[in-house]
Amino acid sequence: MNSTTEQAPALPEARRVPGPPGGHASGSGPKKRKRNKVPQQSFRSRLRRDKQMLLMMLPGVAFLLLFFYIPILGNVIAFQDYQPYLGIGDSLWVGWQNFVDLFGNPDFIHAFWNTLYLAAWQLVFLFPVPLVLALIVDSLISTRVRRIFQSIAYLPHFLSWVLVIAFFQQMLGGAGFVNNLLRDWGMEPIPFMTNPETFPVMVVVQMIWKDAGWAMIIFLAALASIDASLYEAAAADGAGRWRRMWHITLPGLRPVIVLLLILRIGDILSVGFEQFILQRDAVGAGAAEVLDTFTYYTGVVGGGWSSGAAAGLAKGVVSALLIYGANKLAHRFGEDGIFAKQVR
Amino acid sequence: MATTLFTRKPRELSYNPKRPVWKEKPSALYQTVKAVVLIVFSLSILTPILLVVSTSLADTEQLVEAGGFVLWPERPTLEAYATIFKGPMVLQSLGVSMLVTAVGTILALFVTITMAYATSRTVLFGRPVILAVLFTLLFAPGLIPSFLMIRQLGLLDSLWSLILPGIFGAFNFVVMRSFFMNIPGELIESARIDGANDWQILLRIVMPLSKAVIAVVGLFYAVGFWNSFFNALLYINDHSKWPIQLLLRNFVVQGSGAADQLGITTTPPPQSIQMAVVVVALLPILMVYPFLQKHFAKGVITGAVKG
Repeated sequence: MNSTTEQAPALPEARRVPGPPGGHASGSGPKKRKRNKVPQQSFRSRLRRDKQMLLMMLPGVAFLLLFFYIPILGNVIAFQDYQPYLGIGDSLWVGWQNFVDLFGNPDFIHAFWNTLYLAAWQLVFLFPVPLVLALIVDSLISTRVRRIFQSIAYLPHFLSWVLVIAFFQQMLGGAGFVNNLLRDWGMEPIPFMTNPETFPVMVVVQMIWKDAGWAMIIFLAALASIDASLYEAAAADGAGRWRRMWHITLPGLRPVIVLLLILRIGDILSVGFEQFILQRDAVGAGAAEVLDTFTYYTGVVGGGWSSGAAAGLAKGVVSALLIYGANKLAHRFGEDGIFAKQVR
Repeated sequence: MATTLFTRKPRELSYNPKRPVWKEKPSALYQTVKAVVLIVFSLSILTPILLVVSTSLADTEQLVEAGGFVLWPERPTLEAYATIFKGPMVLQSLGVSMLVTAVGTILALFVTITMAYATSRTVLFGRPVILAVLFTLLFAPGLIPSFLMIRQLGLLDSLWSLILPGIFGAFNFVVMRSFFMNIPGELIESARIDGANDWQILLRIVMPLSKAVIAVVGLFYAVGFWNSFFNALLYINDHSKWPIQLLLRNFVVQGSGAADQLGITTTPPPQSIQMAVVVVALLPILMVYPFLQKHFAKGVITGAVKG
């Protein structure tokens, strides 16, 4: 992002009064300020100038501290034998013991591999669906059809997972609509919702149902930002439908695809927590146990606070590394990725 | 975050109704495949919703005849709704959900607007605060430490445990902030020269100009609060404080999950009653959806372009 060019130019710098009440309006970095020779105000006068703005930041900062940064520090209990009645201060430190135990625990190893397995399913089968849908919708000529389809496709994104699973059970469950029909026709009911072997398929179908339409939006926006004259020029040069897609559409979508892939990779270990916890009873822990549900059942339900925290921490660190690595890779390929080199 | 995602401004999303001359007419096969995909996808979304609503409205006779589900109620009746509102559970949990959603959305808007406005101008500590927010996108503190924090604050079994963790979202912050950054600095500067302080500028100048984005972000928060079920599962034991989503999970999802395993065809509570509970949780979303739908795409794209 090029911050300086995008922002409103604000006041001409010369009109700015040094000292309070100086302008907050200019978003220029220190570099620009130097060029315009406006002296840097002292810390104290800036503090006075920004008093009210700092007050405004306070609730948000308090939130971040209370529900984000302090809990991050709370992860130290992963290195303790945490006992609730002793608290963090008095619990025994055990070093890496919790992690050693964890990686010797077959349940954890199972949850870990199962997470990766389900994530692979999602990456391969879930990721392309919104792209294909967006290409189809973008090629529609009738605005009305587009509108209608978009209104329908976006809706499930706003339904809770509880509702989505309830819908799926009513449709495909053992006593559901489809199986009722099958019984009426004298066929064997199919256990869509409770068969551990087909569970990955079910998970992907549910995710497509809920979010594929919504994920289309960003592709549609990217498609709309491709210069239409490129298509026209290519067509004039004799490029057919598929060549135009290969040489214009896909390169035009590349930044978005890379960005979404990185986000997906960073998210890969959180395969869909609510979705699994809602269905774990129906399909059993064998198929639906992932790292997050393991953390929940070990820590909160089972009271193994320290090993739960260790599992959560391991997952968080691996996710952060993955997202960082994917971003580096994107930079290597000349894309911006999610974190451009500078944040304004 | 997404930075040079779109190099150009997206062109108008309304399309030229006519096919450009250079574009070849699509083949019949291609057209058919497209139509089938779109229709199947739409029907897969609409059918379950229709099924649930119809079943909740159907009378017992038709339900028994059809074996559990109907796609169209022949003699619509509100009996199922009357039944679920007789007991205290549904009403209570609806009340809890409404309260949490209302209070949560107002607080969330307050926190997000103030934070977004303060960081949208050059201000002391602005950049570290923005970085601190963006970092939340990269790393999560984890389930157990968050749980311990709530317990430490003494919020277990209190409705605040459903509200407070949701009052700030990094994505909403980014959308809001990028909107505020586009408000011309001259406007703010002139108000300042007239003697307005930062709070007055925010209230009198910035917020009236941002009604649309505030409405959209507010709706995003509201939908989030209404839909959240996991916080309640973690923090609320007291049945009288269950939000509607948790009630739904325990009575409908788990109830019929057990029926699935036993392979029995008729679940003990009649279908229409379960479905009525589903509709009660679904209805508020359906009611705000037209509004959401009108504005959110814009919001999402703004966030991605300007973020």
